[in-house]
Amino acid sequence: MSARSYLLDVAGSRRQIRVFEAGEGQPLVFLHGAGGLTEDSPFLAALARRWHVFAPLLPGYGDSDGAESLRDMLAVTLHSFDVIDALGLERPMLVGHSMGGMIAAEMAAVAPREVQRLGLIAPAGLWLDAHPVPDLFSKLPHELPALLFHDPEFGERVMTAGADFADPKFLEAFIIRNTRQLAMAGKLLFPIPDRGLDERLYRIRAKTVVVWGESDRVIPPAYGDAFCRGISGAELIRVLEAGHMVIVERPEAVVHALIRLE
Amino acid sequence: MRFVWFNLMPWPDLPDDFREKYRSVWVDIPSALYDPVRGHEVYNTYLDQLEFAETVGFDGLGVNEHHANAYGLMPSPCLMAAALARRTSRAALVVLGSSIALYDPPIRVAEEFAMLDVISGGRLVAGFPVGTSMDTNYAYGRVPGTLRERYAEAHELIRRAWAADGPFVFNGRYTKLRYANCWPKPVQKPYPPIFIPGGGSIETWDFCIENDYNYSYLSFFGYLRARKLMEGYWQRVAEMGKDDSPYRATFAQIICVAETDAEAEKLYGPHVSYFFNRCLHIYPGFVDAPGYRTIKTIQAEFLSQMARPNIGQAASLSWGELNERGYIVAGCPDTVRQRMEELIRTLRVGNIICGIHVGNMPPEKTRHSTELFARKVMPQLRGIWKDYESDERFWIHPLPKRVAPAPIAAETVR
Repeated sequence: MSARSYLLDVAGSRRQIRVFEAGEGQPLVFLHGAGGLTEDSPFLAALARRWHVFAPLLPGYGDSDGAESLRDMLAVTLHSFDVIDALGLERPMLVGHSMGGMIAAEMAAVAPREVQRLGLIAPAGLWLDAHPVPDLFSKLPHELPALLFHDPEFGERVMTAGADFADPKFLEAFIIRNTRQLAMAGKLLFPIPDRGLDERLYRIRAKTVVVWGESDRVIPPAYGDAFCRGISGAELIRVLEAGHMVIVERPEAVVHALIRLE
Repeated sequence: MRFVWFNLMPWPDLPDDFREKYRSVWVDIPSALYDPVRGHEVYNTYLDQLEFAETVGFDGLGVNEHHANAYGLMPSPCLMAAALARRTSRAALVVLGSSIALYDPPIRVAEEFAMLDVISGGRLVAGFPVGTSMDTNYAYGRVPGTLRERYAEAHELIRRAWAADGPFVFNGRYTKLRYANCWPKPVQKPYPPIFIPGGGSIETWDFCIENDYNYSYLSFFGYLRARKLMEGYWQRVAEMGKDDSPYRATFAQIICVAETDAEAEKLYGPHVSYFFNRCLHIYPGFVDAPGYRTIKTIQAEFLSQMARPNIGQAASLSWGELNERGYIVAGCPDTVRQRMEELIRTLRVGNIICGIHVGNMPPEKTRHSTELFARKVMPQLRGIWKDYESDERFWIHPLPKRVAPAPIAAETVR
């Protein structure tokens, strides 16, 4: 497996984004969640053992630029199609986690003929009054592991790996990165992660697999059922001992579920 | 020098164990803590105090906007200013202000401000704050990443609505009006003086300086902490080639005056403590939604090491420490005069927003402190910027002949 990382011109150079690419075989585009994605992500590696993975960073993440011109759901949806065009791909498998799942589902609903295989991993985008999604924007860093992970101690080790918040340089970089990322994510998720997707789900024609961590405390598993009610023929795969960061806690189980899309 | 008497209008009955029982005075504080019957008395008392301030010589009466906030009970500052417009006759109505990015369509603010200016005969000072993250993002649901763009567009619409002969077409990104047409228009031409309340973001400085708007630094942390920030502001004024009239700047300060320094502590200590302990008990997660501040501002804060103080840190300070560090300026008239003079000269400000009602201070004490400040402190400070007295750009221009409210009908009949 050879991994590459490069900048890609998108939409006639309106934006330039970072792409991680690895593996071989059928092309698969992975859209990351609000927390972003690093090149050394074990989940990317797991995907790349089976598919030819392209993981674009949304503007506002890493050195992807152009976030100021992406103001709403439609702009992000069209941008993501522009990315697929710029990569020269034809109807790749489309997989997204959390916010990325919301974007992938929007893409499949907006252009149902363009998305034929869809993997939604704990996607955002719906709202159930009986199962409110907590307000992640107002959480303090130390509150996050218990929300995001089945095993908070493991989550805390993952989230603070090598970090030293006492170092002002690190702190500045952390705050700026976090601000850029969540400023972008907020356009889709703040204050409530609902931009009308439920009214469009019926348009999705893709073969769809929905994957959910059984102990997801951010977007509870009830949302998995809601997505499956909305998308005709969608199949729900529940992963045990995994929270919202199921791609970190059980990457192999997620890959195993996605194999159904082949 | 000009002095504005300002009341945040805090809820005075937050329980003693408020800090232990609740995580925030703002955003998610249970509304069951509000009692409308008590509220009736509280609002009317606060309005009485503002009206009293005019009678003892304050130049302006200040109100502002907060939402879901138990220390700031004015979701609509214009309602309060409207009440004051009829019962006062001279003082400026300083609305600091309407958070213009929160109104749909924002021409509503142009209309309401124009109404206030017309009713009061040209006494309005129009404040255009962005609004805090608690107000705009958390309580009003505005997306942080597009808030400032909305603000800029709302500002453009309001300025055009006041300046242009309507109707005109306004095709904004967030507001589209085929018939933008502001009835009434303000009395003050080309528009009322505009104050921009800010917390220290550098884009706000440039915006104020370019437009010759007053920059109002509203901080609860006093003038000693504000020095560095205001130095940055004045440096920017110079860089942009503008004059250094102190009337370009306003500072808000908590002030407590008594006959002696010891009496000040005895009289006002508990209410200052109420303010810093209960009113400023804000959950840190609500202070700054990601995207609310710009990257440029965050970088500037790190560069200058003036990262904002933790809003809750003052809770542990004693009366003496709060006074020493300038969070409050408290004491006998002479003490207060000396410190206010230091404040005014070091920050180079032409207007002071005087926070004389503090926390749960009862009306008698508020009146006592207000009166002492007006009679024994204010006159000594009046002349500090006498070289700039002719600068009228940053203050109201009321009509020379204004009508007074007629006696109400029932009284006339009797």
